[in-house]
Amino acid sequence: MSGGELVVIGNGMVGQRFVDALHARDPQGDWRVTVLAEEGRPAYDRVRLSAYFDGVSESELNLHTPHDGVRLRLGEPATAVDRDRQVVTTAVGEYRYDALVLATGSYAFVPPVAGTELPGVFVYRTLDDLAAIRAYARGRRVGAVIGGGLLGLEAANALRLLGLSTDVVEFAPRLMPVQVDQAGGAMLRRYVDELGVRTHLGVATTAIRPGPDGGVAALELSDGTALDTELVVVAAGIRPRDQLARDAGLPLGPRGGVLVDSTCRTADERIWAVGECAAVDGTCHGLVAPGYATAEVVADRLVGGAATFPGADTATKLKLLGVDVASFGDAHGTTEGCLDVTFTDPATRVYAKLVLSDDAHTLLGGVLVGDASAYPTLRASVGGPLPAAPLALLAPDGGGADAGALPAAAQVCSCNAVTRGDVDAAIADGCADVPALKACTRAGTSCGSCVPMLKQLLDAAGVAQSGALCEHFDVSRRELFEIVRVRGIRTFSRLVAEHGRGRGCDICKPVVASILASLGGGHVLDGEQASLQDTNDHFLANLQRDGSYSVVPRIPGGEITPEKLIVIGEVARDFQLYTKITGGQRIDLFGARVEQLPQIWRRLVDAGFESGHAYGKALRTVKSCVGETWCRYGVQDSVGLAVALELRYRGLRAPHKLKSAVSGCARECAEARSKDFGIIATETGWNLYVGGNGGFRPRHADLFATDLSTDALIRLIDRFLIYYIRTADRLQRTAGWIEAMDGGLDHLRSVIVDDSLGLCEDLDAAMARHVSSYSDEWRDVLDDPDRLRRYTSFVNAPDVPDPSITFTRERGQPVPARDQSPTGTEPTNGHRRQPVTLGLPEVRR
Amino acid sequence: MTQTLTLTWTTVCLLDRLEPDRGVAALVDGVQIALFRTADELFAIDNRDPVSGAYVLSRGIVGSRGGVPTVASPLHKQVYDLRSGHCLDLPGVAVARHDARCRNGLVEVRLRQEG
Repeated sequence: MSGGELVVIGNGMVGQRFVDALHARDPQGDWRVTVLAEEGRPAYDRVRLSAYFDGVSESELNLHTPHDGVRLRLGEPATAVDRDRQVVTTAVGEYRYDALVLATGSYAFVPPVAGTELPGVFVYRTLDDLAAIRAYARGRRVGAVIGGGLLGLEAANALRLLGLSTDVVEFAPRLMPVQVDQAGGAMLRRYVDELGVRTHLGVATTAIRPGPDGGVAALELSDGTALDTELVVVAAGIRPRDQLARDAGLPLGPRGGVLVDSTCRTADERIWAVGECAAVDGTCHGLVAPGYATAEVVADRLVGGAATFPGADTATKLKLLGVDVASFGDAHGTTEGCLDVTFTDPATRVYAKLVLSDDAHTLLGGVLVGDASAYPTLRASVGGPLPAAPLALLAPDGGGADAGALPAAAQVCSCNAVTRGDVDAAIADGCADVPALKACTRAGTSCGSCVPMLKQLLDAAGVAQSGALCEHFDVSRRELFEIVRVRGIRTFSRLVAEHGRGRGCDICKPVVASILASLGGGHVLDGEQASLQDTNDHFLANLQRDGSYSVVPRIPGGEITPEKLIVIGEVARDFQLYTKITGGQRIDLFGARVEQLPQIWRRLVDAGFESGHAYGKALRTVKSCVGETWCRYGVQDSVGLAVALELRYRGLRAPHKLKSAVSGCARECAEARSKDFGIIATETGWNLYVGGNGGFRPRHADLFATDLSTDALIRLIDRFLIYYIRTADRLQRTAGWIEAMDGGLDHLRSVIVDDSLGLCEDLDAAMARHVSSYSDEWRDVLDDPDRLRRYTSFVNAPDVPDPSITFTRERGQPVPARDQSPTGTEPTNGHRRQPVTLGLPEVRR
Repeated sequence: MTQTLTLTWTTVCLLDRLEPDRGVAALVDGVQIALFRTADELFAIDNRDPVSGAYVLSRGIVGSRGGVPTVASPLHKQVYDLRSGHCLDLPGVAVARHDARCRNGLVEVRLRQEG
């Protein structure tokens, strides 16, 4: 079988993965694919479903990639399969198949008790379910979840986020009974209690009772008690959706599911099943990793391959209600003669258990609660020797767990079935960093928990990027920042003498200048600091290709009075500057010679303008839409906030430029999500997004916090910025900084929201110092003859303007004359001007 | 072209006018010169960046590479050996170098013609 009509029933995560996998193996399109989807939207990330309540949009959860030759029929569920005629029927028509793939997934199991049909009772399975829960929760105060497993705790968190006081009812004597043991469940419960979620363990729900309005009002429990509640989410497990197969007479598994062999083929050679609806050799798997494995097997088989299902990795790691929980291998110690090593620390609330073989040499499984940092290495070591002594592995942070000790066959990324051998091969082929490994192997592209291990494997292969800044300093920018901060060093010469070598260069000098500026080192052109600055910072203007400079006055929030606008126009006219509106809602004036800069700025400063820091690795602009003041859709004063933020952070030096924007409503006209920190107004406050940028590699910012008051918003941005400035690498924007951070956004949140490192007071104080010590750099220059002295064309002929800067006119404005006739010496080695790529620095080393 | 090559020393400015580890532009016999002062030496090279054609080398960052005193073009960061004028990043590219000295607190420059 290698081509023809292929029908896929279901467009969930596994159904989509199957289509992607087949497309990759069948780029010619020998298979013409029709996908029949029940839901009205294409595949989305159900694993991250709860993120919907954190404000993550539907489009961010989208997993669907359109492929040529694949028809996707949304909202058209299959109603029957006729195996004799090889036809699938829907409400719309019939689809003939040469091969049929069932990817119907599962449905939420609802226990057979009275009242499950009442208004206010929901399951937790689809985006529509979540939208319905959100709508019903509005104005209500108490909710309950039936089921204390993985999904039940997700649902409980969702109800919390919706502002409901929440009860969880679990039939087993502990939370997450499938994944964790009794002691782990007890530790987990301590976290859950603290969040105010009430747990009722070892009891069953016997009935759901309505109130006078007909909606749900109470749960009756098997211990005779009753819980008042206004909303109920049933999360008591899932069951495979096998009705189509059942009706078509296909054999089923002993506990349901479409029975398939290890090739994922049913008893009918033309029909296959993947994902949660498939009972592979009789067993259904409710996790995405084994589902993806079945999708790959069938895709391979359909192009003539011989893949078989490799067995399910049921390892799980997740963050539930802010708590890391992981479970892998034989977590419950069912292997005969196995030994447990456990570690409980009530102070840090960490529980860990390793299950070892009877000779204590082989790792069989384990449970981690509270700190799952050792999970990637441990999971990959299951079935092999321990990578380190048990206690070292269990110590918080998994101090002893190093991926370098793993065998080649160990699976590093279970979501995408990538082994250490695959990663090592990719490294040998030239992948030199984590993004390259992700692109090449797909490792780390799903749940991301193996990313730290990818770094360790790069280390182990000896290709880890050296942290050294340049030949003069062996340390990274971050370490240099700490040295300068802690030792109180205030000059480059002392720093390089004590902690580096040589005279510095165009890499380390601007870095140190930026660090000194961030630590309140006075004016950037004072004393030795001036010599460290890149030409832009040295002249407080932006060098252009012809040796002239451009000038950008600050226009906070893009708001400007007619009087100031006229001044800019007059200055541009009088100095014959080319004028252009920038993307950051300000005005750029081009073609100024160095000796003109002070004259131009004298006029601008007198009119009330300040430096816009367009020349610096610093805050540039806080863009805004017009907001509720004028706009009939606006819900907050976006301009007012943008002006306040721009004035607060103006002059803040950073590892890279910083951009921001504020939108007055969800229509997002200010494009805040393309900024390092973006703010979008809600009815009740502000949503904060971080880590976005345009540029070479555009990236949307991630939602960081929701419905903040203005004070709370500013406090978070303060901490975000100072933490970034202190810990980012040279020229690393906030996006790359967050991506490279172990633990990513969650870690960032723990540091600047939960103060997990005890830094917040210090970060707040640092920003307070910045705000109170700000003064306009250009005004300070104009007031100081020493600083003004450098603005001369020639040291021995200050009255002669640089003759090489000449202009022609284009569309009514001056632009650089491309074919200048140089007045200096021609290069004596006969080297002529050659085309250069503007905007991209030379790549060295 | 107003270029005149001379073999005489021209006084340019007071030494104090030069910031350590930074450059200035000077006009010597109609030629744009980039003049640099390091901790213990003076260097003069053409101000013209041979890669871009712009007269900007005097505004580059002064430093060292492997013990060699250098300046980096402020436009695209190619690094030049201040002693020889050779570009250390692009083989075959170089700028003309000139003589510079300090006499009685005054900086003097003498243009050089090279083959």
